[in-house]
Amino acid sequence: MTLLQTQKLSAFYGDFQALFDIDVTVEQGETVAIIGANGAGKTTFLRALAGAIGSAPEMVVFDGQPIGGKTPHEIVRLGIAMVPEGRRLFPSLSVEENLQLGSHSERAGPWTLKRVYELFPRLFDLRQLPSTALSGGQQQMAAVGRGLMSNPRLLLCDELSLGLAPVIIRDIYQCLGAISAEGTTVVLVEQDINRALDASARFYCFQEGHLALTAPTKNFDRAAITAAYFGL
Amino acid sequence: MDWINILIQGALLGGFYALFAIGLSMSFGIMRLVNIAHGDLIVLSAYVAFVVTQNTGLDPFSSLIIVVPVMFVLGYALQRGLLNQTLSGGLLPPLLVTFGISIIIQNGLLQGFGAYDHRLQEGAIETASLRFPGGLSVGVFPLVVFAVAVLAIASLQLLFYRTRLGRAFRAVSDDADTAELMGIDNRKLYALALGIAMVFTALAGVLFGIRTIFAPSAGPIRLILAFEAVIIGGLGNMWGTLVGGIVLGLAQAVGAALDPTWQILAGHLAFLAILIVRPSGLFPRTRD
Amino acid sequence: MESVRVERGTRASRVFAFVAVPLVVALVAMPWWSDDAGNMRLIGEMAYYLALAQLWNLLAGYAGLVSVGQQAFVGLGGYALFYLTGPANMNVYLALLLAGPFAGLMAIPVSFAVFRLRGAYFAVGTWVVSEVFSLFASLISVLGAGSGLSLTPSILRQISPDRDIRDTILYLMSLAITVFVFAIVYLLLRSRHGLALTAIRDSEPASASLGVNTFRTKFIIYIATAACTGLIGGLIFLQKLRISPEAGFSINDWTVVVIFMVVIGGIGTLEGPFIGMLIYIVLRELLADYGSIYLMLMGAIAIAVMLKAPFGIWGWVVQRYDLQLFPVGRRLARAPAEDASQQ
Repeated sequence: MTLLQTQKLSAFYGDFQALFDIDVTVEQGETVAIIGANGAGKTTFLRALAGAIGSAPEMVVFDGQPIGGKTPHEIVRLGIAMVPEGRRLFPSLSVEENLQLGSHSERAGPWTLKRVYELFPRLFDLRQLPSTALSGGQQQMAAVGRGLMSNPRLLLCDELSLGLAPVIIRDIYQCLGAISAEGTTVVLVEQDINRALDASARFYCFQEGHLALTAPTKNFDRAAITAAYFGL
Repeated sequence: MDWINILIQGALLGGFYALFAIGLSMSFGIMRLVNIAHGDLIVLSAYVAFVVTQNTGLDPFSSLIIVVPVMFVLGYALQRGLLNQTLSGGLLPPLLVTFGISIIIQNGLLQGFGAYDHRLQEGAIETASLRFPGGLSVGVFPLVVFAVAVLAIASLQLLFYRTRLGRAFRAVSDDADTAELMGIDNRKLYALALGIAMVFTALAGVLFGIRTIFAPSAGPIRLILAFEAVIIGGLGNMWGTLVGGIVLGLAQAVGAALDPTWQILAGHLAFLAILIVRPSGLFPRTRD
Repeated sequence: MESVRVERGTRASRVFAFVAVPLVVALVAMPWWSDDAGNMRLIGEMAYYLALAQLWNLLAGYAGLVSVGQQAFVGLGGYALFYLTGPANMNVYLALLLAGPFAGLMAIPVSFAVFRLRGAYFAVGTWVVSEVFSLFASLISVLGAGSGLSLTPSILRQISPDRDIRDTILYLMSLAITVFVFAIVYLLLRSRHGLALTAIRDSEPASASLGVNTFRTKFIIYIATAACTGLIGGLIFLQKLRISPEAGFSINDWTVVVIFMVVIGGIGTLEGPFIGMLIYIVLRELLADYGSIYLMLMGAIAIAVMLKAPFGIWGWVVQRYDLQLFPVGRRLARAPAEDASQQ
């Protein structure tokens, strides 16, 4: 069943239009990748889904309900969680407090502090430290864990691989696989095209705020992707 | 010159200033809002207590049962209804709107109560003092105020560091945008923050009204004293604010000992000196 | 090929000049066509409030320095005048001339302290400084301590022994100083320093990265504003004949009212303070019998304006109609082709 659908989604920063009529569909349980160059509108798209940027109500439909224009915290309560670009853990909070903060909306579900520590055992050892004391990879795990703590039906992941070493990225994407296996629907934004395509069933390629290409990832022609990516 | 007594008096006075400063510090820290009306809200609390004591026969301490909830609701409504709308407009809107509120409160009190001095009477405790060996004499009321300040800050620290709400306050103070993305209703949280701040402001106001005569124009100087305590202590640190208050109180006590008319001025000069030499205060914590 | 040229004026400003000049002439000539000394006092008061408002607007609306302590310089200017003409026995005109520079000089150490603070903290800091000056004034006996000083009749006679002539001179001085202050502000904003200021206001880091010396610019503006404010303070108290710490450094009289004028009229515009000043005077005269209600009303209006129309009345006009009566910007306009290719 279709969990999320955007219909002619357009978004603006003041007078500047960042997204033009984006139509994206995400089925329950699948992992969808959004790829594109810098400035293509990928993060803007996620922020529009999360409610950080306004849109008309019908532009974003979640589980049959129009949610465009709702506030971010209402959207979390409905079951969409964000792992923001750059992690954005709270510096004044410890690792564990960051995770606990994720469950502020008190949605019911399988993800508890214990489950998150099982998924990311390293975090358990670091849990009392201020979040700023963690390495990039550990912070990314904590950010994902924080998102999971709200028991989302849809997890939005923005640039998980940003600034991380390949070995760490591989670990994180393995965990993402485990999360997806639990039934969580995932939309991930990635600059690393190979990672994105390996982890997803379908992808959308953005180019300067427009949707340039969409297809299933399996066996798809990379040359066509490159062309769409750069707007050739 | 009985310097020990003077210094103790000054330090205890610092407790008063710290109590004044709590509400202001919460606004700075959580909403990044400098509430110019803060001092007037302290004075307003004293007037509310006055009305309550006049109409119910309760003594000022007991009147807190009514004054505190009233000020809580006022703070919540003020933030929710008015101040929340100023937060995204940059520097001027919050400053000027709270400035406007300050003028409205001052003149409203003037219209309602006149320009004369008022006083809250608590009775014997106002002048009681404890005597210690060696000629040491400590006023009971200042001691009570200082104890209230310490308890207030301790309870706030407990709130901030041991509760779900406190965690949310700290998160919003760090990064309001991300906090909202994590499911926190910022607007409601800010309103709650000002409501809680008002609880301490009400406490400060009632104690202030017992200790000193007050008039509608007494607000601005309270704001300045609170502001000085926060800046001296360093932003983002409640215990630092207590230290800041004590430093201010000590400076004033020394000034007053030299000449009573120099009291407030001595405090201002100490503030300016610290500002020039150590602009971020004694124990700064926030990243601003 | 068409070329462009830089235009400084707008059509509205040219029309406005036609209207404004006769008006100014009429005001200047007022002592001769009006018998009412009360009217002259009122216009004189409007003039100096307008000057104070233009200065505060320059500081806050253009330089981004929101000061809640400008009353310090009003008081400093006033006290300078009283001290110089009184105990120092100086000629009243000379004293008035020195009042401004004195305030400007005092602003230098003040800036060392307050420039440490930013934003709203800066605002409260300037307020503290003003309180310090007020307290000093109340403690120094040669300045009359708590009760202040009065101008002796001999000082007033230096202006003129005749009362009507004296009123006229003071009135014309009010107008002259206001025009002078406005001219300084207008010319400053039209110059490249004004362009720097607008850049700083829009984005301090960006303008700094382009080579604008933001600290020096703000410092100069702060000192210059303080000096002009001091001059006006001298003039105000020359007319009031008495000064005391409470009156000289009154935040209500010199800052609250001025801020409301600028905010309601339109901060960051030259036209705004005019409108704000007119609204204030009208409200005050209308509600004079109701005590401080007019202040509460102004407070409420200021709040409403900040929430609904943060750029004030004139800002709203500019947004709707793109009208500028005192243009400070530069526009590109098409100029006729240099080489007329007609034949």
